[in-house]
Amino acid sequence: MVAKRIIPCLDVKDGKTVKGVNFIGLQDVGDPVELGARYASEGADELVYLDISATFEGRSTFTSLVERISDRINIPFTVGGGISSLSAASDLLDAGADKISVNSAAIADPTLIDSLASRYGSQFVVLAIDAKLSPDGRWLATTHGGRVLTERELFSWAHEGQERGAGEILLTSMEHDGVRKGYPCALFSEFCSSLHIPVIASGGAGSTDDIAAVLTEGRADAALAASIFHYGTCTIGEVKKELAARGIKVRL
Amino acid sequence: MTTIVDYRMGNLRSVKNALSRLGAEFTVTSDPELILAADRVILPGVGNAAEAMDNIRSEGLAEVIRSLRRPVLGICIGMQILCRHSEEGDTDCLGVFDTDVRRFEASADLKVPHMGWNGIGNLDSKLFKGVNGGSFVYFVHSYRPELCCDTVATCNYGGLFSAALKYENFYGTQFHPEKSGDTGEAILRNFLSL
Repeated sequence: MVAKRIIPCLDVKDGKTVKGVNFIGLQDVGDPVELGARYASEGADELVYLDISATFEGRSTFTSLVERISDRINIPFTVGGGISSLSAASDLLDAGADKISVNSAAIADPTLIDSLASRYGSQFVVLAIDAKLSPDGRWLATTHGGRVLTERELFSWAHEGQERGAGEILLTSMEHDGVRKGYPCALFSEFCSSLHIPVIASGGAGSTDDIAAVLTEGRADAALAASIFHYGTCTIGEVKKELAARGIKVRL
Repeated sequence: MTTIVDYRMGNLRSVKNALSRLGAEFTVTSDPELILAADRVILPGVGNAAEAMDNIRSEGLAEVIRSLRRPVLGICIGMQILCRHSEEGDTDCLGVFDTDVRRFEASADLKVPHMGWNGIGNLDSKLFKGVNGGSFVYFVHSYRPELCCDTVATCNYGGLFSAALKYENFYGTQFHPEKSGDTGEAILRNFLSL
């Protein structure tokens, strides 16, 4: 069977990799291409680059950076952040991105998913969902980096995305993102079991235990993490060896 | 000189970059003359089999590709269109490889697309010189070629399918060697030295 994937996420702002706690308090953690190349050589299975400045400040996506990444990196990578049209996606594909992730723009216009999937194939389209627990206890999708709560219920939105042709879901719990206290495994387990496309779990990894939990109890197909890798808490190689020792199938 | 066939099926850049990293010389073209004159031909491709075959036919490349006698490597969709038929869009393909392409049956235990790194086995081609059975390569696809007499590598995802095919001078990989790290580079290097 296919190996569980470990995916470092590089949030990029103004051409530099940053990662903050709950998306606030950004710190510069390095050049995106160099950091990506280092992660690839350490055993990362894929990379995700999110242009976090795009939605906030209306910046267009970062095509020239994507070209540099594609020149250098020999594993797949996903690019996201502010992608709201077929032409923007097409530019990124031409620049060498293997997949694009859509988030706020798909919530504003869900047919964007259909257009992207029918033009470029489902394998190209990742639906990213930043979910937050509403005051009445429902998980809802948010936009604008978690700042705007929508009325879209997490599960029904993910199913709609799947039916419209998304090839993968990247689910981030905004309650857990960046605080390194673990992923919400019960939520992930129910979520992953309800879908027939792969799910990448994001938001909250603080240790190998957390990653192991979301890949087993949480039934996720892949785990995305940033802080623990950027800050050197552990290397990707160490995490994957430890996962393998616990009987989780990973690529070593 | 290696020729990469441009038939408007996406992500040529990954293949170009992979060849550049290996120091190979290449051209990218849809010109039948240049394709016929090439030492080696790579047929890349991401997307939909029906659209891929439409583009191959509208560029007048179906017979050109079938007539090639130098090494040809089809990658992903580029391999699928070398098979007989694809269930995707009920598409008649080029019929070089003696097999059909069918969709994975999705279930709670079998996510579709098959996305990520999976091991390949039963390696039986010069394409895999120096590559160990069980090596991981990167797949992303919802349709897969069935096992047949041309199968030279297998992969298990809800059952075995053809991860690579070979017939005479034609080779195909369902996985993406250009995205498969060091293992993928070894496979591409082997193709370039055929």
